[in-house]
Amino acid sequence: MNRRRHRRLAAFKAVVYVVLGLFFLLPIAAMVEFATRGVGISSPRTLTAFTSIGSDPELVDAITASLELAVITSLGMLALLLPTMIWIRLRVPQMVRPVELVCLTPLTIPAIVLVVGFAPIYNWIEINVSDSILMLALAYLVLVLPYCYRALDAGLSAVDIRTLSEAARSLGASWATVMWRIIVPNMSSAVSNACLLCVAVVLGEFTVANLLNFENLQVAISILGTGNASVSIALAVVSLVFVFFFLLLLSFLGRALSRRRGGAARA
Amino acid sequence: MGALDARPIGASWGGSRSAAEVRLEGLRRVYGSTTALDGLDITIHAGELVALLGPSGCGKTTALRLVAGLEDADGGRVVIDGRDVTHLPTSRRDSGMVFQAYSLFPHMTARENVAFGLRMRKVGVAERRQRAGEMLELVGLSTQADRYAHQLSGGQQQRVALARALAIRPSVLLLDEPLSALDARVRSQLRDEIRRVQREVGITTLFVTHDQEEALAIADRVGVMRAGRLEQLGPPTSIYSQPATPFVAEFVGLTNRLAGVVTGGAVDVRGIRLPLIATDTPDGPAVALVRPEAVSLAPALDGFNGPLSGTVIAVSFLGAVSRLTIDLGDTTVLVQVPTAEAAAHPGGSRVRIALRLDPVLITREGAQGRG
Repeated sequence: MNRRRHRRLAAFKAVVYVVLGLFFLLPIAAMVEFATRGVGISSPRTLTAFTSIGSDPELVDAITASLELAVITSLGMLALLLPTMIWIRLRVPQMVRPVELVCLTPLTIPAIVLVVGFAPIYNWIEINVSDSILMLALAYLVLVLPYCYRALDAGLSAVDIRTLSEAARSLGASWATVMWRIIVPNMSSAVSNACLLCVAVVLGEFTVANLLNFENLQVAISILGTGNASVSIALAVVSLVFVFFFLLLLSFLGRALSRRRGGAARA
Repeated sequence: MGALDARPIGASWGGSRSAAEVRLEGLRRVYGSTTALDGLDITIHAGELVALLGPSGCGKTTALRLVAGLEDADGGRVVIDGRDVTHLPTSRRDSGMVFQAYSLFPHMTARENVAFGLRMRKVGVAERRQRAGEMLELVGLSTQADRYAHQLSGGQQQRVALARALAIRPSVLLLDEPLSALDARVRSQLRDEIRRVQREVGITTLFVTHDQEEALAIADRVGVMRAGRLEQLGPPTSIYSQPATPFVAEFVGLTNRLAGVVTGGAVDVRGIRLPLIATDTPDGPAVALVRPEAVSLAPALDGFNGPLSGTVIAVSFLGAVSRLTIDLGDTTVLVQVPTAEAAAHPGGSRVRIALRLDPVLITREGAQGRG
C-alpha cells in the first residue's frame, strides 16, 4: 500500500512538472519559432531578428537604462529599508505595524493610479532636477517596497535581533556597528532575496515608464513591436532568458555568501 | 592564568581587573501601570556572586537589565566601582553579559565572538587573538575555537558566551538565566563551571534565576525577590533555614503548612509546641511552615489514632532521600527521610509523625479556620 501511494505521488509529481513546464515553455517556444521565421512562406529560418537587437542604438540605451535602474533601485531600497526596519524593531517596536502597512500599500494601488500621483511630481523633477530616465528609480522605489519589505521581514524574524544587538551593545558596539556588523551579515540571504525581487520588478516594469514617457526595456520592446514584430519578440525572448539567468546568478551568490558565513540561515 | 593578571583601574582599555563593588540604590522601573522594580537596594561586594531569585515577573531580570543599561531606570542609581553609571549607555557600562537565549553571533566563529568586544575596544589583532584563545581555554573550549555557533552544543555556546563576556575584562558580570535553556545534566555541570571561572577571575557577579536550587548552589548570597521588592538577602543557608518571610519559606524549598495556635512565643501544632523564629509574635491562630526534613516517621502504635498518625499515600524516590506524602485525615504532610528508612513505610502503611523542635516561621494567611 505504501508503495502504491509512493507510485501515485511520483505520477502526480510528473504530471505537475509536465503541465507547468508546458505552461512556461510553450509560449517561449512559440516566441522563438515566430522570431526566427524568415520573410515569406517558404524562406528558411533566420536569426536576423536576434542579431539586430544589438545594432539598434535606441534599444541598447533602453537596456542599459533598465539595468542601471535595477541597480540604483536595489541600492536605494536597501539604504532606505534595512536601517529603518532594524531600527524600528529594536527601538520603537510599536511602529512595526504602521510601517508595514505603509510599505505594503503600493501593492494595493494599481500602477496606473500610482502614475496619476507620480505625474505632477515628475513634471516638477523634470524641470527642476533632471529629465534623465534614471529618475524613474524614485517611482520604482515605491513599487518594490512591498516585495522587498516582505523579503527583509522574513530575514529579520529568522534572527533574534534583540538578543544579538543587546549582546553586541554590552560588548561596546555602537548602534551602527550593531546594524552593519551583527544584524546585516546574519540576514544576507534575505538581502539577496530582496535585491532579486527588486531587479525582477524593475526589469519587467512597463506601465509607469510608459505613462511617464520614459523608454525603458519593456517600453522599447513594445514600441519595437509596433514596427517590427519579430525583433520585438526576439527581444522579449532574450530579456526573459537574461532575467532568468541573472536571477539564478543572484540567488546562487546569495546562498554561497550565507554558506561561507557559517550557514547563519540554517543555524 | 596570564589572562587574569591584575590590571590597574583605568588601564589602557577595558575596565579594572581588581574586582569592583556594585551598588543598586533605590532602583525603580515602571512599565505603564505595573511597577517592575519598586525601590531595590542591593550592594554586591567586590568579587561576590549574588543570585537574584524569584518567580517570573518579580523584577529580577529588570534589575539586571538596569545594571547592564539595557533599560532606563525610572528612579534610583546604579553605582559600579564608585562611579554612577545610571545614565551611561550600555556600550560604555563595562559590563559583561550572558543571556538566557543563545546569543553568539552566528556569522562568527567562537574565537571571533570572544574577540568581538576587544575589536570594539580597538585592541590589536595579535593581542585580540591571544586573549580570545586564553578566554576559550578558561572555559575549556580551546579545541572548538574555529567552530560556528550552529556547530556547538547549547552548553558550549553558553560557555563561549561566558568567555566573550569576560574577554573585555568587565567590572561586573551579569548572568541572565544562562542555564535555563539547557537540559538538566549540562545545567548542573555548567553551573559549577560558571562558579569555578567566577572564583578564578574574581569578578563581581549578578546572577538571575528562577531556579532555587541553582541560586542556593552557586551564590555567596541569595536575594529573594517578590513583586519588585527584595524579600530577603543573605547566604543560602540562612535563606533556607531562617527565611525572613513566609514567601521566602514557601518559595525556597518545600514547605508544609500546618495549622496551629500561637501562645506565649511558641506555636502549638497538632499537640506539639514548636518554638518560633520571631518570638514576639502575638497570640492567635496561625499556620506553621515546616520543612519536610524537619518531620520524622515512626511505625504507628496499635490502636493509636492521635493527630500525629496517618497513612502513607505516596512515596517518591529521589536518590539518597525519599519524599513521602502522609495523609493525616484533615491535611497532608510531606516528609523527607533517607531512602533506607522510607523502605519501612510503603504506600498504605500507617505511620506516626514527629516534628523536630526547630524554630519555625508562621503565617496568618489561611489561618482563620482554627482556634
